[in-house]
Amino acid sequence: MADAVTLSVDCAHKYIPYATVCYHVKDTRPVNLDLTTFKFPLPAITSILHRISGVALFFGIGVVLYLLQLSLESEAGFEQVTELFRATPAKLVVWLILTGLLYHLIAGIKHLLMDWGLGESREGALRGAQVTLILSLAATVLSWGMIW
Amino acid sequence: MVTNATSFSRSGLSDWIIQRFSAVILAAYTLFILAVLGATPELDYESWRAVFSNNPVRLFSIISLFALCGHTWVGMWTVGTDYLTGRQLGGNGTFIRLIYQSFCVLLIAVYLLWGIQIFWGS
Ligand code: HEM
Ligand code: HEM
Repeated sequence: MADAVTLSVDCAHKYIPYATVCYHVKDTRPVNLDLTTFKFPLPAITSILHRISGVALFFGIGVVLYLLQLSLESEAGFEQVTELFRATPAKLVVWLILTGLLYHLIAGIKHLLMDWGLGESREGALRGAQVTLILSLAATVLSWGMIW
Repeated sequence: MVTNATSFSRSGLSDWIIQRFSAVILAAYTLFILAVLGATPELDYESWRAVFSNNPVRLFSIISLFALCGHTWVGMWTVGTDYLTGRQLGGNGTFIRLIYQSFCVLLIAVYLLWGIQIFWGS
């Protein structure tokens, strides 16, 4: 038996429900680590976006708390926030946070459904990723409309 | 069972449960706030404030705040132990991760205290 090898950061089980090749065993076949030709399956993309949006939200919460505090503090604070929302940079920031939140929410629900055992087949994972992306795109456009 | 000195609960299973449980609460709260915003297109200060000074909402907000803290603690820990390790960064990996985790705890504590102040005070 060959030696077990140290693997990539992200456990591939999340992305490839039925991995056809087990990389735990050292083999001599060429390894493709070239990111420009490496194929990322759709579920891998939605998964990494979920992670990126989660980390971004961790910081975005600071902005949200600030706006919430200002808007609840006093009438003047509330006006200040509405005033702020008229300016493009603030709109953009809020829209980015909202988009991240909605994406994280939708992909998160998909994640929970898969934890529960739904859509774990290869086709199911692909379908889930497609639905996640389409719903998120719709939510992104909708939140754009809401803010502008 | 694998244990890790820097893990919050020292068990992957309870981390996992904390993250799922808090995710459900956060999802409910997010949808709730979006519904409030969607239901009142012409929001003014009085009605906005009235939403958050309602006691059940206040409770919901504070529970969600705690959920947020648990959720981000486990989440950021997971991310840190994936990328900021000795394997990725060499000998200083664990040290760098410790700094990163201290930063996360600090920010989470700020969010918690700040959030309680906001929700309690209004
Ligand atoms: C048929 C193929 C495979 C089998 C049977 C298999 C089996 C396993 C088993 C039994 C474990 C330990 C489970 C655990 O710790 O809970 C494991 C862990 C792991 N596997 Fe695989 N594996 C396969 C394919 C792959 C592939 C393709 C990759 C990456 C390219 C991968 C990456 C990993 C990693 C990184 C871990 C560590 C666990 C973690 O960090 O969560 N595996 N695998
Ligand atoms: C509102 C603020 C939120 C923040 C700041 C946040 C942040 C994070 C972070 C940093 C992670 C770690 C990412 C990773 O391990 O890949 C994470 C994971 C996760 N989040 Fe959130 N999240 C939030 C809301 C939600 C909501 C509303 C859901 C709804 C379903 C959710 C579901 C999940 C799930 C299921 C995971 C686990 C992912 C995994 O194990 O790979 N989160 N979150």
